[in-house]
Amino acid sequence: MPYLGSEEVVKELRRALSNPNVQADRLRYKNYITKVIRYMTQGLDVSALFMDMVKASATVDIVQKKLVYLYMCTYASDKPDLALLAINTLRKDCADPNPMVRGLALRNMCNFRMPGMTEYIEQPIVAGLRDKASYVRRVAVLGCAKMHSLQPNTEIDGTIVNELYALLRDPDPVVVVNCLRALEEILKDEGGVVINKPIAHHLLNRMKDLDSWAQSEVLTFLLRYRPRSDDELFDILSLLDAFLLSSHAHVAVATLRLFLHLASAHPTVQADALLRTSAPLLATCGAASRELRFAGLCHVQQVMRSQPGLFGTHYKRFFCGYSEPSYIKFRKMEILVELVNDENVSLVLEELRSYCTDVSPELAQAAIAAIGRIARTYSEKCLDILTGLLGLKQDHITSAVIQTFRDLVWFCPQSTAAVCQTVGACVDSPQDSEGKQALLWLLGEHGDQISSAPYVMEGYIDGLKTELSSAVKMELLTAAVKMFLCRPAETQDMLGRPLHYCIEEESDVCVRDRALLYYRLLQRGVEETRKVVTGPKSDPSMSVLTGRQEEPISEWASTFNTLGPLAGCDLCPQTDATSAADQPSCRAENELLPDVTLSSPDDTEEEISLSLGPPLSHETFEKMWLDLETLHRQTLGFPRPRAAPDTLQAALQLVKIQTLAFTPGDTVPWKAYIYTRSTETLILAELLQGDQQAPGSDESLVVSVKQQPVNQHAIRGFVSVLKSVLWPIKSKN
Amino acid sequence: MISQIFILSSKGDHLIYKDCILTTGLLVALFCLCLYLLILLQSHKGLHFIHVRQGGLYWVASTKTNPSPFTIIEFLNRLAALTKDYCGSLSEKSVRMNFALIYELLDEMVDFGYIQTTSTDILKNFIQTEAVSSKPFSLFDLSNVGLFGAETQQSKVAPSVAASRPIMSSRGEQNEIFVDVIERLSVVIGSKGVLMKADIQGEIRIKCFLPTCSEMRIGLNEELSIGKSQLKGYSSAVRVDECRFHQAVKLDEFDTFRILKVCPSQGEQTVMQYQLCDELPCAPPFQLFPSVEKDYVNRVLIFLKLRCDLPPKSTALNVSITVPVPKGSTSMSQELSSPDQTAELQPKNKALLWEIPRFPGGAQLSALFKVDVPGLSSASLLEVGPVSMSFELPKQTCTGLQIRFLRLSPTQTGLSQRWVRYVTHSDSYTIRI
Repeated sequence: MPYLGSEEVVKELRRALSNPNVQADRLRYKNYITKVIRYMTQGLDVSALFMDMVKASATVDIVQKKLVYLYMCTYASDKPDLALLAINTLRKDCADPNPMVRGLALRNMCNFRMPGMTEYIEQPIVAGLRDKASYVRRVAVLGCAKMHSLQPNTEIDGTIVNELYALLRDPDPVVVVNCLRALEEILKDEGGVVINKPIAHHLLNRMKDLDSWAQSEVLTFLLRYRPRSDDELFDILSLLDAFLLSSHAHVAVATLRLFLHLASAHPTVQADALLRTSAPLLATCGAASRELRFAGLCHVQQVMRSQPGLFGTHYKRFFCGYSEPSYIKFRKMEILVELVNDENVSLVLEELRSYCTDVSPELAQAAIAAIGRIARTYSEKCLDILTGLLGLKQDHITSAVIQTFRDLVWFCPQSTAAVCQTVGACVDSPQDSEGKQALLWLLGEHGDQISSAPYVMEGYIDGLKTELSSAVKMELLTAAVKMFLCRPAETQDMLGRPLHYCIEEESDVCVRDRALLYYRLLQRGVEETRKVVTGPKSDPSMSVLTGRQEEPISEWASTFNTLGPLAGCDLCPQTDATSAADQPSCRAENELLPDVTLSSPDDTEEEISLSLGPPLSHETFEKMWLDLETLHRQTLGFPRPRAAPDTLQAALQLVKIQTLAFTPGDTVPWKAYIYTRSTETLILAELLQGDQQAPGSDESLVVSVKQQPVNQHAIRGFVSVLKSVLWPIKSKN
Repeated sequence: MISQIFILSSKGDHLIYKDCILTTGLLVALFCLCLYLLILLQSHKGLHFIHVRQGGLYWVASTKTNPSPFTIIEFLNRLAALTKDYCGSLSEKSVRMNFALIYELLDEMVDFGYIQTTSTDILKNFIQTEAVSSKPFSLFDLSNVGLFGAETQQSKVAPSVAASRPIMSSRGEQNEIFVDVIERLSVVIGSKGVLMKADIQGEIRIKCFLPTCSEMRIGLNEELSIGKSQLKGYSSAVRVDECRFHQAVKLDEFDTFRILKVCPSQGEQTVMQYQLCDELPCAPPFQLFPSVEKDYVNRVLIFLKLRCDLPPKSTALNVSITVPVPKGSTSMSQELSSPDQTAELQPKNKALLWEIPRFPGGAQLSALFKVDVPGLSSASLLEVGPVSMSFELPKQTCTGLQIRFLRLSPTQTGLSQRWVRYVTHSDSYTIRI
């Protein structure tokens, strides 16, 4: 960013630097150079001083040299012609008797980013690779990578690559690791550095000499190596065993990742490694550095996906400290919810209860939602707490509790009666739109069990004109119609008002259309409306999907110890697909229109309605399957879901696909027969994996579709629906 | 592989910026970063930013690849620790004053985005710039300021600033070595005074100013037992659940004599980390006896009686107690037992803060707060939630871990000062009402 008077500053600095009096006084001269660097750091453009700085590089003072080199590296690309002047000095320094000066000059020369640099640096680099001093060799090795990055499209120099591979045997550990890094950069297009058996074993034997940074990096490189035999595998694992308990978290975690990767065929070894690393992982969760704590927690969460019980006894370690930043508290709460069992449930709930009154509303809401999650298993205790929280009469708490109630009723129908009683007795209503929507949904869906429902609803209808959020208005319309269906006598009078208002005066098109839709529906008669509007009041089969099951370790091992777990969904696209299922609002939407055809005449392939229709007997299916031609065959690109059969069935049922039969367990080839109906057509399909005859079915699921009568559009829709449902279960398990 | 490293002040000014590989669009990314720094990991245009907050500064690394977060975070922490070693203290001022030194450090530590070395033993050969100390070391400080701010009667007390000077400084050259036993205590006490959770994270940290140091032997309590299975002896054994050591520590005498052997390099390093869960060997340092009542129509009476269960000779320092108060509290009047205590209402945090600078062991202090809350209802009383405390206990370890002796090997020439310091910090100390 340009500062005011920057030109003045540069002019003044130049005057000072070219002043012979200043040049004579070493200390003053150095002070001015320091000043230049200071301005550079602040973002001031001091590139105009390049000439003067080049002069200053000819000095014996190493500190001054370093400062000038820093300057030159920054501006060399802007002033390539002037930078060439500096190269002579640098090349002279590369032959200096002092290895530190040699290394320094070589490193900085390689950092110049300008075209045509290669011809000047190639010779010093090659000389540097054979230097006596390890310091210079380190620099030269990375110099090779820098040289390559200057001209990324040129052919790879075979002699340098060979020399680097040879230097893997260098006595200096940093040179060894730098060689790996440089080869990785240079051979990026060819898949990086090759780790064969001699190299892998050499690296493993050198592990003890490396410092912790190099250790964790070498461990990452070793992920590429596949041992030939089990004996070799166990030799490697026992060599690395000590590193699992390294006091450096990054080494311990990198070792664990390698263990999980190498022992992917030996689940007991994996489990044992996880058990042994649980102590260092827990220690990072309590580390003094908050950032490390956060990273530790994220990885604990990942481990818990397949070993939920591993940290069960340590649940107290995940209690929040009051001074911890909220990003840590959120993670800890998520972990606590997963760790709840019969023994600790009351203690955990008591702890979560104390977070509900936190100063930060977000934290309080997250704590309430966490209690709601636990309530799916331990509903009684949690409902007591949630009801007690309503007594606090705090807006944000009330709103969060009502939202939690809504989710709870949806997932756990047995708690409906208790929730309805509490909601009926609750005097104050939420003020924010999320909370209002939740309350209205509860009123509409379970109006028959809440005695005061019509009166509460009337209050909202009276306030409709001042309501700002269109989502609340839509929810109000839906709730009013639903309530009319279950309690017509009390609601009939008030139903007309919101419909009239929304049709006549509302400016938001969505709301108006929704109102019109209900109006026309009601014109068709009450029974017709009931058929369309009411749907299932809860969906326990959803909890089959959302309820955590133990996943195989291989699901997450590939992202373990990367940025993935920290970023959540940003870096790993797999999780995106699942998040949609957790949104209560989409649920309400789907449930609202269960059987209505969503497709318009010219819709895209995603929007297709499937229906179950009358069940098909096995014989009919078989006969039709044999009679019909395969119309469509597609490789889905992911393996079959390893979920329990009933999960798969429930998931398919959700999207109205009926499962007829499938191969039990892990039998190969694995097959499943499914069928569904779309607009006047019957679709039969076979899912296949691991069949020798079918091409491409080794790794991925292949779907073959038959249909009667033929409707290509429906097939495309069916396949996309099938994909969308199988993908999330696959990634969840 | 790290693309850029920078150090930002708390306001977002960049103090240090090192571009390891050519990256464009830096400034755009930087500005975005300043806005969102609250989150640990930020991604922008394929660059991932990871930051660490230390000493009121942001230490940020950006990367284009997908590296181990542990490596990056620990590296940034190490960078901060090294900066502290070399500059004496960690603050915006000291970083600004020593930026040339920090550039030099970074230059040796990272090349082309790859971590080369972070060990002080290697770095000291290359680092030439002398640190500019923001607080010049002066002998006057020796006499009046005690350890961690404590005023102690002992004649031999390490000056509190002694450990916060640059390790390479030529001024005030003193052969000193500090061994600190630092414990962080996190405790939850239930509403009836029952200990719900207790957790101690401890470490032995060495700060070494000796230019060359041969082997040092640190003797811990002989009766120290590790792990849950070991039987307790007759005496009050000192027990820890598990411990981990720096890789340079030699443990051949640890099993029998509990002696750690280490050759400390210059600067600060943690030689041993240990933890103890659930079973505290002593009573928790503070017990609280609260009572919350509704007084008049719009007033809440909070009466707190706080007892310090430390041995009578020791003291807790900088004790502060935070009590959540009902929303909408407007004013407060208090009755405290001594004039050095303070109390204030913080309406923004919905809390009242009671501070006690010194709290002798075995003492009991009480305070009465009258908080005015317009529109008070009986439900508001429920908002007076868990009380949290923070304090430090100098010369005190909760596990009872002690250092019996500290011996430098006989070849050590010259006079060297050895200091052993103990302190327990409250990581999180919560008492439910």
